[in-house]
Amino acid sequence: MLKLIKQLTSVVAMFAVLFTFTTGTMAAGKSKTLKNTTKKGFVRCGVSQGLPGFSNADAAGNWTGVDVDVCRAVAAAVLGDASKVKFTPLSAKERFTALTSNEIDILSRNTTWTLSRDADIGLTFVGVNFYDGQGFMVRKNSGISSVNDFKNGVSACTNLGTTTELNMRDFFNSKGIKYEPVTFEKADEVVAAYDAGRCDTYTTDKSGLAAQRIKLSNPDDHIVLPETISKEPLGPVVRQGDSVWEDIVRWSLNVMIEAEEYGVNSGNADSMKTSDNPAVKRLVGAEGELGAALGLDNDWSLRIIKQVGNYGESYKRNIADTGILPDRGPNELWTKGGILYVPPAR
Amino acid sequence: MNFNYKKLLPQTLTILVVILVFGFFTYNAQVNMENRGITFGYGFLSQESSFDVQFSLIEYDGSHSYFRAYLVGLLNTILVSVIGIIIATIIGVIVGIARLSKNYLIERTAAVYVEFFRNIPLLLQIFFWYFAALRALPLPQKAEPMFGVFFLTIKGFFVPAFIWNNLDVFIYSILAAIISIIFVKIYANKKQEAEGKQTPVLYISIGLLLILPLLSFFIGGASFYVEVPALKQLAKTSFTYEGGVKLPPELIALALALSLYTATFIAECVRAGVQGVGKGQKEAAASIGLTPNQVLKLVVMPQALRIIIPPTTNQYLNLTKNSSLAAAIAYPDLVLVFAGTALMQTGRAIEIVSITMLTYLSLSISISILMNWYNKKIAIKEK
Repeated sequence: MLKLIKQLTSVVAMFAVLFTFTTGTMAAGKSKTLKNTTKKGFVRCGVSQGLPGFSNADAAGNWTGVDVDVCRAVAAAVLGDASKVKFTPLSAKERFTALTSNEIDILSRNTTWTLSRDADIGLTFVGVNFYDGQGFMVRKNSGISSVNDFKNGVSACTNLGTTTELNMRDFFNSKGIKYEPVTFEKADEVVAAYDAGRCDTYTTDKSGLAAQRIKLSNPDDHIVLPETISKEPLGPVVRQGDSVWEDIVRWSLNVMIEAEEYGVNSGNADSMKTSDNPAVKRLVGAEGELGAALGLDNDWSLRIIKQVGNYGESYKRNIADTGILPDRGPNELWTKGGILYVPPAR
Repeated sequence: MNFNYKKLLPQTLTILVVILVFGFFTYNAQVNMENRGITFGYGFLSQESSFDVQFSLIEYDGSHSYFRAYLVGLLNTILVSVIGIIIATIIGVIVGIARLSKNYLIERTAAVYVEFFRNIPLLLQIFFWYFAALRALPLPQKAEPMFGVFFLTIKGFFVPAFIWNNLDVFIYSILAAIISIIFVKIYANKKQEAEGKQTPVLYISIGLLLILPLLSFFIGGASFYVEVPALKQLAKTSFTYEGGVKLPPELIALALALSLYTATFIAECVRAGVQGVGKGQKEAAASIGLTPNQVLKLVVMPQALRIIIPPTTNQYLNLTKNSSLAAAIAYPDLVLVFAGTALMQTGRAIEIVSITMLTYLSLSISISILMNWYNKKIAIKEK
């Protein structure tokens, strides 16, 4: 009987796959994703449903943000045109299924890199494009100035299906505080509920808090508490099993960071071809055969820098100039006191 | 043996096609999952869930298993469905009868209500009730108590809790009352058949339901006291209530939206049912000297119910399935807790979606079976 039930459920389960998995298997060819992308003529990129600074669409439907720029960099490298990206807005709940079921080829959606996600569910994290940590936002007039001021019965609004939910439990448990988690599927509802007074605090990644604060009816009435309760390295994710594609995405991101390190930007990239520094020359494709190793031409990295810019330009354009987080904090180069340190492109 | 090939061939072909399609998708899923390094199994259900849930009918926190989290979600789904079905039925019956009223104002009001609520998408109504309620409800420290003990605030509806001593004695007394009522009913039916005399079953039942529980207090030693919610300060401007029972605003908004929406359909079922009983039936019943109440109870309702029950069953099923929209407003139902958070934390999409689908299927089939049983019970028994 038990076996029958088990078989029955697995048959039903497989049927459910009908909706989540499209046809097509991965085998032949060096990188099926690369081949498909070239054939389609655009990169399929999963982004958030609207997080200013990271991935946000304006009224005309143009996407901007540091997460968006990762996908644009890949498009510039693979297709030669940074604008050839098709963006798919995804909720936290949908994002991994969309990637594993072949709806998108890159997930660049402020996603925290954790062991279980990396190892367990058919995903591969390729790097970190933003070092974040979870924080709390509260009303200024509540008098709460530190996480130590929370008391039993505090209600916390957040998004469901995120590491935030787990960190929140770890944090309140370690403090011995009984709390009430109010979890919504979409960020807009979290903001609306917190704004209305349903919750005493709103908790998510600090970058997210800074970005969502702008959406509140009176942003100045709210403060983000100084404490950071978790490590949240956010980065792009690809499907497991296509190591060439994985390398392309990883190095598209790394090139942006290394370009900043060597002072190469969208304005001076062409003139850097004649630089005295071999590392710089490799970066703009004037020396070495780096592109070939990835199955690309040798100008791939030059196109990224010219069309998207280096990491510093992307950060300034999307996060600093928009007033979300003017201070780069840990997301500064290692040479300038931050922790951005990427392996050399050689 | 004489096979009818004309009949057999299409059936065999259909079965073959179904098996092939099914097999193709199963095989495809297996290959895809293998390629992506996704394993399949239900072992995760016993792992520690490590996330908390806002509102639960059973004891639960993150140190319990995913299976326990599933139960939490399931019970919350059942809770909101049961509340929704009860309220929707009450409103539906009242509005349905109101639509048949000869009073123009009552009839029109009911009609406007039905047309308004059944023609707006349910999700919008849920959002409306939730965010409208959040905007309209006071902060805990500003809430006016109702009857001194109920507090309706933005953080929830705080009601007094009953703390019991010897609760079992009280429950037994109620059970005893119900059993006695059944015996009285049987006795009354026999008496009516034998002597043609009616026994006031209703008054006896009410009396039994009052007296036996009262005895449990005075003789059985059952007692309770009421724990009234008390205001508690969390920070300078942040308050909540402690003690008592808390109903989250998400539950209230969801139950309200579901019942107001579904009641419109039930009202139409009720109207159709009552109108479906022939005029001659009522006139015939009146002519043999039945009182208007008896006409309604003994002649109209039994026939109307036969028309009302089957479509109303559909509405109950709809309400239960629609309760899955809870995820939009943070009510921790099965979809939010299990197909939401648990799915995200484990990444086991196929397993969890299959369990969730089977669960809703079982819930719906249970309601169907129950309602079909009731329908059969009241159906015409041909002699």
